[in-house]
Amino acid sequence: MHTATIDDSAHHDEHPYGLMRWVTTTNHKDIGTLYLWFSFVMFLAAGSMAMLIRMELFQPGLQLVQPELFNQLTTMHGLLMIFGAIMPAFVGFANWQVPLMIGAPDMAFPRLNNWSFWLLPVAATLLIASLFVPGGAVAGGWTLYPPLFIQGGIAYDMAILAMHILGLSSIMGAINIITTILNMRAPGMTMMKMPMFVWTWLITAYLLVAVMPVLACAITMLLTDRHFGTHFFDAAGGGDPVLFQHIFWFFGHPEVYIMILPAFGIISTIIPTFSRKPLFGYVSMVIAVASIAVLSFIVWAHHMFSTGMPLGGQLFFMYSTMLIAVPTGVKVFNWLATLWRGSISFETPMLFSLAVVCLFTLGGFSGLVLGLVPVDIQLQDTYYVVAHFHYVLFSGAAMSIMAGVYYWLPKWTGHMYDETVGKWHFWLTTIAFNVTFFPMHFLGLAGMPRRIPDYAMQFEGFNSIASVGAIVLGLSQLLFLYCVVKCIRGGAAAGDRPWDGADSLEWTLSSPPPYHSFAVPPQVR
Amino acid sequence: MQGDTLCEPDRRAARASEVAAGVMCMLFGCAGASRADYALNLPPPATGIARQIYDLHTLILWICAAILVVVFVPMVIALVRHRRSAGHVAHRFHDNLRLEILWTVIPVLILVGMAYPATKTVIEMKDWSASDMTIKVVGRQWKWEYEYVDEDLRFISTLSTPRSEIDNASAKNANYLLEVDRPLVVPTGAKIKLILTASDVIHAWWIPAFGVKQDAVPGFIRETWFRVDEPGTYRGQCAELCGVGHGFMPIVVEAVTPERFLSWKTEQRTQMAALKEASTREYTLTELVGHGEKVYAANCAVCHQANGGGVPPAFPPLDGSKLVAGPAGDHLDRVFNGRSGTAMQAFGPQLSDFDIAAVVTFERNSWSNRIGDMVQPAQVAALRKQP
Ligand SMILES: [Cu+2]
Repeated sequence: MHTATIDDSAHHDEHPYGLMRWVTTTNHKDIGTLYLWFSFVMFLAAGSMAMLIRMELFQPGLQLVQPELFNQLTTMHGLLMIFGAIMPAFVGFANWQVPLMIGAPDMAFPRLNNWSFWLLPVAATLLIASLFVPGGAVAGGWTLYPPLFIQGGIAYDMAILAMHILGLSSIMGAINIITTILNMRAPGMTMMKMPMFVWTWLITAYLLVAVMPVLACAITMLLTDRHFGTHFFDAAGGGDPVLFQHIFWFFGHPEVYIMILPAFGIISTIIPTFSRKPLFGYVSMVIAVASIAVLSFIVWAHHMFSTGMPLGGQLFFMYSTMLIAVPTGVKVFNWLATLWRGSISFETPMLFSLAVVCLFTLGGFSGLVLGLVPVDIQLQDTYYVVAHFHYVLFSGAAMSIMAGVYYWLPKWTGHMYDETVGKWHFWLTTIAFNVTFFPMHFLGLAGMPRRIPDYAMQFEGFNSIASVGAIVLGLSQLLFLYCVVKCIRGGAAAGDRPWDGADSLEWTLSSPPPYHSFAVPPQVR
Repeated sequence: MQGDTLCEPDRRAARASEVAAGVMCMLFGCAGASRADYALNLPPPATGIARQIYDLHTLILWICAAILVVVFVPMVIALVRHRRSAGHVAHRFHDNLRLEILWTVIPVLILVGMAYPATKTVIEMKDWSASDMTIKVVGRQWKWEYEYVDEDLRFISTLSTPRSEIDNASAKNANYLLEVDRPLVVPTGAKIKLILTASDVIHAWWIPAFGVKQDAVPGFIRETWFRVDEPGTYRGQCAELCGVGHGFMPIVVEAVTPERFLSWKTEQRTQMAALKEASTREYTLTELVGHGEKVYAANCAVCHQANGGGVPPAFPPLDGSKLVAGPAGDHLDRVFNGRSGTAMQAFGPQLSDFDIAAVVTFERNSWSNRIGDMVQPAQVAALRKQP
């Protein structure tokens, strides 16, 4: 395989220019770039929806959006952020970085790679277009629970189709990543010498292949319930609405780790670089990631404690959920030990990574609180849950993505980004994030349900604060856009290895790397 | 969302949160904060279970705080002392088996310590045997129906906040969105078992001060229980997204002394008899329209809107509607039996003959609708007798 690539490399360098370069590209870097830009556009779209939601919730009473539109906005915000922004961003990283970090010339299946990207805009268009069909977009929450989901109009069928396409894209991407990692590593790179980012993505890809078909089953059953007279989720026909929740969360909980494991990989790359010290506990880190992945299959019903499970079920899922704290703790401790006695400097990627470690730990704590059945019964479906998963998904996943972008941007573009703008972006994002989401813990404890367009008087104070934070948080992301665009268009030359603590294979290539990454496979000691 | 009395530690907590609120206001300069309270914790518990949940939450919070200190103090030390700018040179160690085993085992022990009290509470929450009274709760889009099993007492509880307050046309009262026309009334000290179900989509019955939250699943029966010690008014909301009116289906429970509960039951019986009586009379058009307006506001306005304009296409307008302009019998049938596959529910089992006759008559003679005819309770009674 390697020899074939070497022979062909010269003529593969010829590629169309302009728009056709991007439509027809089979190059892992081009496709990675497409993924990242796509996810950023979705991030802004879904973020704008969140800002509209927060503006409505600035004070009690209905001001800007009526309840129908409000429910559509919360649902679309969730779907677009998860399937449009976070997941594609990590696939973008995988495309750019996996071949570079394992010393491969490209991904294993370049044409499949092209397909798995170009399915995304189709699905996103379907989803966003559903906002404008009669009856409006899906409004039953991103969890799609029936029977509410059975009540909706044509938009619901569009959403099901869109999610099928997104699932197909994810599975194709995952197969590509698994094959690349298992077959195309440079000579000498054994599994236990792979960079941590590659390890986390390998395990994530297996999770994707395992659970995306489960989601496909669940939404197909919804579709046949809606149109073809089946009663999977309809008690009147012998079905059970709660069955859907079991199937959905059997997908949904591993999905959470699909969004956080690659983030762990990015953090585990950046912290050693800026501590100028090898990652502490590499082996235990790999074991921790693998055990988180395995455990993720036996905790799903902790999302359903208030549906009325038998005692034995509640206890089982409580204990298994608490167990997840152990490998997660190991990861945090390992990051700390990596920092300890390092030679630490605070460039933007490092600042983001340190914030991720702190804030993700808070999200882990609130997860532990929610894992205990009695407390969960009190807090399920409140703003406490909203706070919890934003600490995990924004300050865990999204901020890791930002960290990763700043970290590899010099490699990808050949230019250094503007450190001042980057730091402004970091501080504004971190402060505004906490102003937005920390008060939501209090709102949930005080008894404010989630997904309501209007609320009782005693919740006004913290809601106003959260809304102000959300607007600042949203607008700060324009700084990110500015910084990235500025870096692409020019700036100080980055050199091959701008970070003196970095030691994985991508830094042995030029910045930006040649169109075909490793024409000659590097030798790993 | 709490009982009306505050005990001493809670008052102290309230004062602390006022201070916090003051600081927040200075920081963010937000207007209108004077009327909001900045509660930082779970509401004061009103049941034994809620008390246990409160204590469990406090316990975990302290454990998490302790772990936070253990984790972040070394981190801050490292970030300050082991900076490159402070001239620190990196060590190259990257493994320590003893340390790694230690920070795997210690968390396991802490978790076992947390699981023990949690398990005890779960077991108690799941034990609804030996209850003194059973109440059936049915969630509907978007109201709650309560039935005192073995008591022949059944009523529907809907939001009573006026639409004008929601639309910011009039000042909001203190219990905005947390008030209902007919609260659930229970005696203090009694173990109340709830059996829950729903008629359309999944809802969740939740009173924070009770520590009770249970999904009501259509087609299935779920159970839970509570025992309130102190008389008072306790407020909560539907907790499971159930459509457009999800934010507008509150739950209010009034806990009264057992004596007061008995007299309340007698009152209800008399009222129900009067209601039955009301359904046997004939009414004038003005009487029907007058009563129908109230029924409409409580049951129909969420979807079809106060001005009859609806929210097409999900909720069709009634103003100028073909169905309303057609024969009264068809119109009555739609209200009585609903329309399957849509959000239009059957009001036959929910409302009295008088209510249904009045609301149909109201719809036929309001906004630009000037049909001029009316429906009498007797017509509804006849429909009810049909198989
Ligand atoms: Cu509801």
